[in-house]
Amino acid sequence: MQSLSNRAKQVEKKPMTLAERAYLPAIFQGLSITMRHFFMKKPTIRYPEEQRPFSPVFRGLHVLKRDEQGRERCTACGLCAVACPAEAITMVAGERKKGEEGLYREEKYAISYEINMLRCIFCGLCEEACPKAAVYLQADKMAPPRFERDEFIYGKNRLVEPVSPDNRSKRGIQLTEEQAQQLRAKMDAQLA
Amino acid sequence: MLELPALGWQSIVIFVVFALSLLIATYCTYAERVIAAFLQDRVGPDRAGPYGLLQPLADAVKMFTKEEFFPQNANTALFIFGPCLAMITALMSSAVIPFGNVLSFGSNYFFLQGIEVNIGMLWVFGVVSLGVYGIMIGGWASNNKFSLLGAIRAASQNISYELAMGMSLIAVLMISGTLSLRDITLQQSVAGEWHFWNIVKQPLGFIIFLVCAFAETNRTPFDLPECETELVGGYHTEYSSMKLGLYLFSEYVNIFVASAVMSVLYFGGFNFPFQYELRDWLVSNQDWTLAGAQNLITILGTVLLFGKIFGFIFFFMWVRWTLPRFRYDQLMRLGWTILIPLSIFNILLTGGLITFGIIQ
Repeated sequence: MQSLSNRAKQVEKKPMTLAERAYLPAIFQGLSITMRHFFMKKPTIRYPEEQRPFSPVFRGLHVLKRDEQGRERCTACGLCAVACPAEAITMVAGERKKGEEGLYREEKYAISYEINMLRCIFCGLCEEACPKAAVYLQADKMAPPRFERDEFIYGKNRLVEPVSPDNRSKRGIQLTEEQAQQLRAKMDAQLA
Repeated sequence: MLELPALGWQSIVIFVVFALSLLIATYCTYAERVIAAFLQDRVGPDRAGPYGLLQPLADAVKMFTKEEFFPQNANTALFIFGPCLAMITALMSSAVIPFGNVLSFGSNYFFLQGIEVNIGMLWVFGVVSLGVYGIMIGGWASNNKFSLLGAIRAASQNISYELAMGMSLIAVLMISGTLSLRDITLQQSVAGEWHFWNIVKQPLGFIIFLVCAFAETNRTPFDLPECETELVGGYHTEYSSMKLGLYLFSEYVNIFVASAVMSVLYFGGFNFPFQYELRDWLVSNQDWTLAGAQNLITILGTVLLFGKIFGFIFFFMWVRWTLPRFRYDQLMRLGWTILIPLSIFNILLTGGLITFGIIQ
């Protein structure tokens, strides 16, 4: 019968030679193979000490960006929440009061902005949808594992990019550390 | 100078050997895991301490804190006795092994050996063959089919391979004419003569002995008594906690003893090449006393003997992670139709060579 693939090989059942029957040459062959592997370089990466760099296009944990003057860019337009296929984003919009110009870029801002990291599929559609370049998925940070479900709902306190005290004057923000703390306390009160 | 009665010195040596075998067995568990990992392109345990060196400690804590489980229908007394017997017999056999030549302090001589008896080899064989009772009793007392099958396999395997092992040993005894392990060691290196280790005179016997040692210690490719794929865990299926630990531990002690016996019987024991030349050179050119030079040689020899032992232990592990397990009928066929005839042939060959004066 002709084989379908034309690759069939006729196998001949030969009696084993003495060397094959003695079994020892085969053992030494096997031992040499394992010994070769003994001295090979190990591909293991010892995780907490060594970490592989992420891909530059990796989409990790979200961040809410500030502008050059340290003001929140987000205007709570809700486009990200609409774009989100997993419905992970919720927000509450609010009006900027007088005296808060240093905090929020536009007249409208997000009083609360929450992303549920258990729902999020890290597709990056929110990033694409954002007209104010406010939300980004960081390429070097992952959403860490936690024990409680509540802890996966990231609010503004964990999402907004922190203002670094060193860069404050460079960015033209005229806030002392005390004032910044007061403002943060106010933000937290609003969130709560 | 140390004024120790011989009995005191012996008990010290035995205690040290006892502690050493336990320590080596402990680190065998670590070595096994690291060697297995390296042979499989992994790195093995490296979390506990530097390079994972505290891993055996962590394992011991784990073993001790696990639940002590007794099967409902098990024979409790025998169930406890099994692992104890396995461990006791494993530790007993190292008492007669000469770990070094003689140390001299002034007019006192101390042998680096637990007990020097003229039946050393018989003692090792007797005690090692008792070891199978530990496995059998454990397997029987568990009241479990898999345990019983493992125990039966262990018993028949040990009986089959002890025959070939004993007969390959007879060829060595024909050359040496003594059962004392110390005398066998000393015969492998005589000052002023060109003397070979027994491996040169008994290559075939060594291979038979090596294969049988693998079978006697229940190591792969002969680990049928505990083969996981067929018997769950074999004779220690029902064992947990440190009782299981004792079984696993006794296996490593057995490997250590088997390696020591092979080093002594075939690889010159504590002898190393040019030891007498080194001693004479130290005495004549470096102004050492004869006793001091001899002590140095003794210590070097002991270190080298442990080197040989560790080499064998490595070989045991290397083979374990290379070869697959035999099928049971293959195991029996290898033992009865190949190794035993080969060892008889080896005896005849050795006898012939001795008769014609080719080896002595």
